[in-house]
Amino acid sequence: MTAEQGMDLRRPEDSADLVVVRRRPVFPWILAGTAVALTVWFLFALATNPALDWSETAAYLFNRQVLHGVWVTVQLSVISAAIGIILGLVIALGRLSHNKVLRTLATGYIAVFRSVPALVQLLVWGNIGLVIRNVSLGIPFTDIGFFSMPTNELIGPFTASILGLALSESAYMAEVIRGGVLAVDKGQLEAASALGMTHMRTTRRIVLPQALRVIVPPMGNQFITLIKATSLVSVIAGGDLLTQVSNISAMSYRVVEMLGVAVFWYLVMVSIASIGQHYLERFLAKGVRE
Amino acid sequence: MTANALETADREVPMVDVRGVSKRFGHQEVLRHVSLTVRTGEVVCLIGPSGSGKTTLLRTLNHLETVDRGRVLINGQLIGYRQEQNKLYEYSEKEICRRRRRVGMVFQHFNLFPHMTVLQNIIEAPVGVGKKPRRVAIERARSLLQRVGLSERADAYPSELSGGQQQRVAIARALAMDPELMLFDEPTSALDPELVGEVLAVMRDLAGSGMTMVVVTHEMGFAQQVADRVIFMADGIIVESGPPSQVINAPTHKRTQDFLKAVL
Repeated sequence: MTAEQGMDLRRPEDSADLVVVRRRPVFPWILAGTAVALTVWFLFALATNPALDWSETAAYLFNRQVLHGVWVTVQLSVISAAIGIILGLVIALGRLSHNKVLRTLATGYIAVFRSVPALVQLLVWGNIGLVIRNVSLGIPFTDIGFFSMPTNELIGPFTASILGLALSESAYMAEVIRGGVLAVDKGQLEAASALGMTHMRTTRRIVLPQALRVIVPPMGNQFITLIKATSLVSVIAGGDLLTQVSNISAMSYRVVEMLGVAVFWYLVMVSIASIGQHYLERFLAKGVRE
Repeated sequence: MTANALETADREVPMVDVRGVSKRFGHQEVLRHVSLTVRTGEVVCLIGPSGSGKTTLLRTLNHLETVDRGRVLINGQLIGYRQEQNKLYEYSEKEICRRRRRVGMVFQHFNLFPHMTVLQNIIEAPVGVGKKPRRVAIERARSLLQRVGLSERADAYPSELSGGQQQRVAIARALAMDPELMLFDEPTSALDPELVGEVLAVMRDLAGSGMTMVVVTHEMGFAQQVADRVIFMADGIIVESGPPSQVINAPTHKRTQDFLKAVL
């Protein structure tokens, strides 16, 4: 106020050397303060709740049974992701094929496996033995058979879990991969053709490596979603982390404390996956000017 | 017509022999019964307004574009098809690829493989498709890079190069397959004006070495200096063809005159 009154900006000596004071918005700080206060209050309430015994959580973090559950969850995630990616690649190439039948089949596959919830699929695979009692390999419509065994022996809880997770994963992966392939410039295909490269070779050497850059970020997210989706297999006693933790709490009645154990390990696994994703993306960025 | 063609065939097999090629995209007729021969060692520039069919014609020469009628012979051999009596059967993919290797192509937008270094771009096809030993391919790639003035950039990625440098790498990549014929599809149209010269210099050098070249271009100066023959196309037909002194400096057809008035 006083400066404005005492100064005349038309005079050069007054307009030089003016100090700039930046505007400081107050509202975001009020919001931030409130958020911090709420978080602290929530954590405090959790920590001091007399009904919760956190020493139980700590005691079970590295329990043998829990660690075994973590290991099963890791196996389920990695195996399902691997199968999902390979199967997804085949389905994606089918959808991109010039052959109408292959295209239709691939489209149908994606439609079915993306529509059925993973939980429903797990239940179906977990109970498949009720419908199909024996699995046998032979020549159809003849008596020739190579082997035959009860479905329940062939598809135990672990295999059923893998089937359910991998199949629904493959449908999503197919779409992610297809998107990546379509993102590759058409000129790349023409250049490869003009050099005499076959379609197969072009796909393998030119298209997929470039598509990978587009595919990896959503694929990473998909993998993280999958790690968490493995908890669904507890409904068919899949033996994963959540199954184990539930088993323990069923005896100790320390339900929330045991869920705390699960939360801890899911956090650890997802964090490791996120770090891996970060480095993979950085590696694939070679040759690309950002 | 037939007698004439036979007579030419007797004397010398032309590098490019296009006979009565027609092509339509939907309702639009892009090529209408086009015939063209290019002798070995000849440099031919295709000029004309956009939509005249010049790029499509160029792309039929290595079967990037299929034809609806007529046939294309490269060095006396049908490209893309095999003739049995009155019909042309499209070759298997493998055979098409084998025949394509003898024809190099350079694109408007370079189309280098961005995930490979300059050297990897050049040896990809000779090693993977031509079954050349890696060591030999690398040696050849280095000498080609020297020829296009880029020996220092062998390990750079395409994104680290200027447009002009990328196009010179693209030319080296095409040459690495030892083609008998080089096709250029508006090779300088996507370049900043100050980078056009370096690419044209490489092409001029290539023409001087006796390479047979078919060039779709808007660079009238280049056509005038380097081309043995300039072909003006419009609406899917060849309107006028002859030495540059005639087609560019003294065109006889009204379409050619109008086009040149607009671009020069």
